[in-house]
Amino acid sequence: MNFFVLGVNHKTAPVEVRERFAIPEARLPEALGKLTAVDGVEEGMIVSTCNRVEIFARSQKDDCDLQKFVREYFGFQPGEYESYIFEHRKQEAVRHVFRVASSLDSMVVGESQILGQVKEAYATARAMGAVNSQLDQLLTRAFAVAKKVRNETSIATSSVSIASVAVELAEKIFGSLSGKSVYLVGAGKMCELAARHLIAHGAKKIYVGNRTYDRAVALAAKFEGEAIPFDRLYDTAPWADIIISSTGAPHTIFRKEHGEKFLHVRKNRPMFFIDIAVPRDIDPGLNDLDGIFVYNIDDLQQVVQSHIGDRRKEAVRAEAMVDEEVRRFEQRFQTAEVVPTIVSLQQHLENLRQAELDRVRGRLGNLTPEQEMAVEALTRGIINKIMHTPITTLKSAARDPEATTVVDVVRKLFNLRSERAGQEAADADPAAPELIKSGKK
Amino acid sequence: MPLLWLRVATVLYAVGLIHAILMLRQRGERSGKVAAPAVAVGMVFHFVSLYETAALFGLTELLSIRQAESALGLLVALCFTGLYLRYKTASPAAFIFPLIFLLTFASAISQHSVGISSSPIYGGWIVFHVCTLIFGYAMLFLSFVSSLLYLVLSRQLKRKQTSSWAARMPALQEIDELGYRALLIGFPFMTIGLMAGSVVAEERFGAAFVGDPKVLLSLLMWGIYLVLLYTRWSAGWRGRKAAYLASFAFVVSVCAWGANYLSKLHRFVAP
Repeated sequence: MNFFVLGVNHKTAPVEVRERFAIPEARLPEALGKLTAVDGVEEGMIVSTCNRVEIFARSQKDDCDLQKFVREYFGFQPGEYESYIFEHRKQEAVRHVFRVASSLDSMVVGESQILGQVKEAYATARAMGAVNSQLDQLLTRAFAVAKKVRNETSIATSSVSIASVAVELAEKIFGSLSGKSVYLVGAGKMCELAARHLIAHGAKKIYVGNRTYDRAVALAAKFEGEAIPFDRLYDTAPWADIIISSTGAPHTIFRKEHGEKFLHVRKNRPMFFIDIAVPRDIDPGLNDLDGIFVYNIDDLQQVVQSHIGDRRKEAVRAEAMVDEEVRRFEQRFQTAEVVPTIVSLQQHLENLRQAELDRVRGRLGNLTPEQEMAVEALTRGIINKIMHTPITTLKSAARDPEATTVVDVVRKLFNLRSERAGQEAADADPAAPELIKSGKK
Repeated sequence: MPLLWLRVATVLYAVGLIHAILMLRQRGERSGKVAAPAVAVGMVFHFVSLYETAALFGLTELLSIRQAESALGLLVALCFTGLYLRYKTASPAAFIFPLIFLLTFASAISQHSVGISSSPIYGGWIVFHVCTLIFGYAMLFLSFVSSLLYLVLSRQLKRKQTSSWAARMPALQEIDELGYRALLIGFPFMTIGLMAGSVVAEERFGAAFVGDPKVLLSLLMWGIYLVLLYTRWSAGWRGRKAAYLASFAFVVSVCAWGANYLSKLHRFVAP
């Protein structure tokens, strides 16, 4: 299990360093070509995003000089940027790949973008043939672990940005936002961003009111909305289910009496006010009215913080899941290393059994089906008993460093074919590992 | 045997209730993992109990107060299942399960069976009266629970609290729609159920039946039902005001149901 991970990410390097390592998508195939040409590198892939540039590789050897590749590829001097580069090997490399795919290593833990980015990098490397065997298995497993973490923890369920929290709250009030109308009071950037999120979630009608009417018209045009003259604000506000306010007014624009009037017009249908302005545009007293919900920038920020806290708690559970998956993956790999020998041993003894049966069959004369079955059972029983100890020893040795020695001893003792032939036999019989596990073969 | 099945159902409802309460502060949708299956299995036993009762003692036995309470419990459990399937959340369980449990428990510990005294002439009217009113009561309860859920969720949103319980709840407007629909559907049942009862009572007791506490409370309940609908329709009452009115309607409906034990005219007596 000679996996290696080397690179820089948001934890080890600032953006000015990360950008020196960035590999544009168009240059990725060329970089992959150079990576797989490095001495000892059997497979490799490169994940290059704004938060990380990481090389995942597998080698036949215990060592693999990826540092040299990085120096040569990016044209660094020895020692330059070295302090920013991290490296993981074997089990730690597997853990890192699982953590990255599961978004546990992300800047915003639980964000979903990274999984897509790793999948893209994997697809590129696979298309080039740079990933084809064990690294393929590692990545496939990493995607399964990421899915498991997402499904079995709440790591990605809550929103962690102001705009997405606004959408989440609106959905908590109105259910589906489909067909809901939004009123933007003021034409600030935050207003626009929140409106974009709401539209993406189904909000249909957009009204824009601004003291400078032309700016209202310009913003409304972006959303195919309707610009409303500012002096008609209070008459038209009840049309909207969600009001986002971000004017630069030094005093409140919406007060309790306005809220009461709006509710009367709307027959008490709920309204959601989002106040992004500082000083505030909306009197907090409005929140006391039945059916009106007011959230200012601090309230939204508080929700974001609470969600981030929730994600951190869930991340602890997710880390435990990743640990368990790393252990399983390692075990599977170690067992897989002794499988060819076990398969060879089984075939060798089975051939001996068949040869001996053929040899004595003439002397035994005509056997009844019952006798035939008894002879089969007897010979199989003997073979199974002989095989039991070597197989158990091989399987238990798979978890120890002396696995290779044990494999060599067994091969010499039983005069088995080469490792490659055994591997081919194992490949030809995909059920072999399962049968070995169940002890039926 | 029907009583045994009913008691098994009561135990399962109790399991669901305890779990729903314990899970109020838990993260994730774990309450649904025990509460919903417990109630689903409970409902099967509950249904078998009612079915066996009808098979063993005849359909009129289902008109006894014990069986009527049991049937109402099953109907409310059915409402919960509908909500669970529709909104994929067991959050309303903490509000609905107490009533399911109480109705079933009261029915399960009852030692004797008493039915409505009726002559064959009015048998059909009484069956109609009981069935429609049970449905009306269930819908009234659903609308009451919706009002409470609306109130609690709306308070949490106003106080900027993000409890896991609230996070699992349906949206405020969905709860509101649910309550309103329950009112709209339940009201005609309540009205024609009471009318059917009045026809029977008029025939048997003449105008005197109007002074009976059970009848007065039922009329009051119907009146509040009407007010609930009207305020909702005309002024769109939601939140606190609607919740108070719905709570009042619920208290009156409990009294109206309880009056079955007190009323001289509307008594469930042995046939």
